[in-house]
Amino acid sequence: MLTFLTRRIAAGIATLVVAIFLMYLLVDLAIDPLADLVDSTAPNKAELIQARINLLHLDQSVFVRFFTWAGHFITGDFGTAWKTGQEVGPLVGHAIGSTLQLVTAATVLSLVLGVAVGVVSALRQYSTFDYVIIFVSFLLYSLPSFWIAILLKQWGAIGFNDFLADPVIAWPTIALFAVVSGLVWMIAVGGSRTRRIQTFAIAAVATFSAVAFVQLTDWWSTPHFGPVLIGVTGLALAFAVSGLSAGFGNRKALYTAVTTVLVGLVLYYPMQALFDNVDESNLLIAGLAVVAIGIGYLLGYLFRGPDWRVSSRVGAIVAFLVASMIYIDQILQVWPAYFRALKGRPIPTFGDSTPNLGGNYWVQTLDSLTHLLLPTLTLILVAFAAYTRYSRSSMLEVMSQDYIRTARAKGLNERTVVMRHGFRNTLIPLATIVPIDIITLIGGAVITEAVFARPGMGALFVTSLQHAEIDPVMAYLVITAALAIIANIVADLVYAAVDPRIRLNP
Amino acid sequence: MSTSPVENLEPERLENAIELKDVEGLSQGQIVRRRFFRHKGAMAGLGALVFVILMAFTSVGVGPVEGWWTSGNPSHSGGPADIINVGGTPTMSMPTWLGGDGFAIGDHPFGQDEIGRDIFTRVMQGTQTSLAVMAIIGLISGLVGVLIGSLAGYFRGWIDTWLMRTTDLFITVPTIVIGAVIGKIAGGVSPWVFAFGMGLVLWTSLARLVRGEFLALREREFVDAARVAGASSPRIIFKHILPNAVGVIVVSTTLLMSSAILLETALSFLQFGIQPPAVSLGKIISEYQSAFSTRPWLFWWPGLFIIIIALSINFIGDGLRDAFDPRQKRIPSRRRMDKARVVARPTVAGATPSGTTAQGSSEA
Repeated sequence: MLTFLTRRIAAGIATLVVAIFLMYLLVDLAIDPLADLVDSTAPNKAELIQARINLLHLDQSVFVRFFTWAGHFITGDFGTAWKTGQEVGPLVGHAIGSTLQLVTAATVLSLVLGVAVGVVSALRQYSTFDYVIIFVSFLLYSLPSFWIAILLKQWGAIGFNDFLADPVIAWPTIALFAVVSGLVWMIAVGGSRTRRIQTFAIAAVATFSAVAFVQLTDWWSTPHFGPVLIGVTGLALAFAVSGLSAGFGNRKALYTAVTTVLVGLVLYYPMQALFDNVDESNLLIAGLAVVAIGIGYLLGYLFRGPDWRVSSRVGAIVAFLVASMIYIDQILQVWPAYFRALKGRPIPTFGDSTPNLGGNYWVQTLDSLTHLLLPTLTLILVAFAAYTRYSRSSMLEVMSQDYIRTARAKGLNERTVVMRHGFRNTLIPLATIVPIDIITLIGGAVITEAVFARPGMGALFVTSLQHAEIDPVMAYLVITAALAIIANIVADLVYAAVDPRIRLNP
Repeated sequence: MSTSPVENLEPERLENAIELKDVEGLSQGQIVRRRFFRHKGAMAGLGALVFVILMAFTSVGVGPVEGWWTSGNPSHSGGPADIINVGGTPTMSMPTWLGGDGFAIGDHPFGQDEIGRDIFTRVMQGTQTSLAVMAIIGLISGLVGVLIGSLAGYFRGWIDTWLMRTTDLFITVPTIVIGAVIGKIAGGVSPWVFAFGMGLVLWTSLARLVRGEFLALREREFVDAARVAGASSPRIIFKHILPNAVGVIVVSTTLLMSSAILLETALSFLQFGIQPPAVSLGKIISEYQSAFSTRPWLFWWPGLFIIIIALSINFIGDGLRDAFDPRQKRIPSRRRMDKARVVARPTVAGATPSGTTAQGSSEA
């Protein structure tokens, strides 16, 4: 283990040094810091050029410049972006923060959605649902991301803002939406003819009443959850989570889940008082989330039973979901004020925050969420396709293994076979690509950030390369390359951790 | 899925019988070709791609040769011209049964931009460039990838170590980043140089796959047999191992080309790829993105062509993968199953066929 790590890290550092050296040469070849001066008509053109050459030491050979730069870099001096005179260190720091905001939500959401859809699609191989999903994932996979981004920016944002100004959906549209949702659920769940008709009816009626509720209560102007909605959604989630994770046969898990939701409801009003009287920060919210998960876990433990760990797991998941709903409810409470402050155009198309907005923690959070909405959607659409295809093929592979047949043969019910024997093994190959994906994305969703003008890592790279500033470009390259190497080592370790058949030391 | 193994045996055996009968007396190449030509998605993709290629190259012509669209009509040259419709809206209209004013192509079917350039001409020129760049990237990175992968996999030892270290070097930097740098150097020169440069960057995943394939194949008996018979290394590589690895190579090169066109358009969009006077689909979108709210057709058409090309290549790649995959089985229709059942076991003829669950097929 230790030898493996040492060897990999040493090899990684060697690769990094060589890669950075080559990239320095390439970037130096690619940029021309004198481009703007060569075409200038200033009378003192020659002196300006000479001054620029002195500033950037262009008279020295590129090798000398590389070693000067590398020496400074190792001692912690990342250089300056010479056009604006900004230090690269703080520049990169801010960029990473902005990128992390964008990437986290997008990765988590696309992973959850992609894996869920991929697994269902694999379970219903050769069904209509399967074919629809294959086609949709192919289509999303073939969409140029800059095209989706512009479309969302120029069309989605403006359309949604117009809609929010007068949030009324025509009733035929709602009915059509309900029918489509019913059809999707019908082909996803499948089964016999009666089962299909039942699913269709339930899904269509549920969608219709949900949208009608939103419409009739004027939800769009004052979006909120409130204790009633949290209670209803929480109970639905409690049943879904315990049904999937423990099976309905496990009553203790179900009781834990329901109790957790009730505890969350009881805590709703005290939490409102708490949020009104405390100075919030992300740290505090994270702490509260941990407390919530702890409560759920504890409730599972209190129900005892032979396998209380299962109940605890269910309790923790449900507690986290209910706590998230309370949190989102709190954010949405400032929506009307935010809506007025932005003069009724709340969905922005560029940047990562509204300048000079002011307001408390909740307003700031809502503001960054609205800025995240469209870029996150763009990233999800692209990543969703990849994860769906990957988890589908992985699940197909797993479900044709002998141990699945054995599990069926010994009489396990279908839920246990799929969730415990199939699903878990499906995640093994995913465990190796997800760390690489996440860490690569920290290098910035270059295109998305460029289109939405989010000041993240990718945008830093693009603008610096366009401005012919080598220092920020190189700082960016060192960070992404180092992260890529770390990601590969992490992926190997994760693979070995989840699959005991893999041994790191040959 | 939930059929018990006992019920499953019968249809699976029948499917095997049908499959075997289907491929009786055919060579491996013939089987692959047959499977490919029967793949509906791949055939649709191939049709769409051929249509786009023909349209792009015949309409505006290649080099000095005039195409049917540009010849004899100066307003189709791609340069400034009089604007026909107000604002340059497309002259193409839908048939009446689709809610249009009757089907017509008109003089500028895809519309015109603010100085009257014909968008159809520009999109076709852009499609030509993008297709050519894509083909060159596929060719170059395919050649380099196969060369490096096969050398590393066949000779192993220090050659393998060094070649794979080189591959690691390329992998540490994200493709779009290294592509942007290469594009900044080569994009301004000409699309061909740009494509060549990108080809020299994108071979890494193919090289790894080919190396893996070679590592597995070189231990097989037929390679030992060839070596014992005195075959030289080049002969073993080209005559014995490479033909067996051709599936992996073809499939991943195809899929590489679909990501290549997306990469090229994205780089051109970010101003790091194709530079004027050359036109590419990404470049057109980048030029016109600010005009989206006033002239949306400037944005729709180039995007649509990127999607058609990328989608059809993805489908072709999928069809190729299914065709080369020896575990791939087609699910026979119910009628053929019944027929085979009668032949195989006349006594159970007429038994209701249980759900056709063909397992063992995979789609990565």
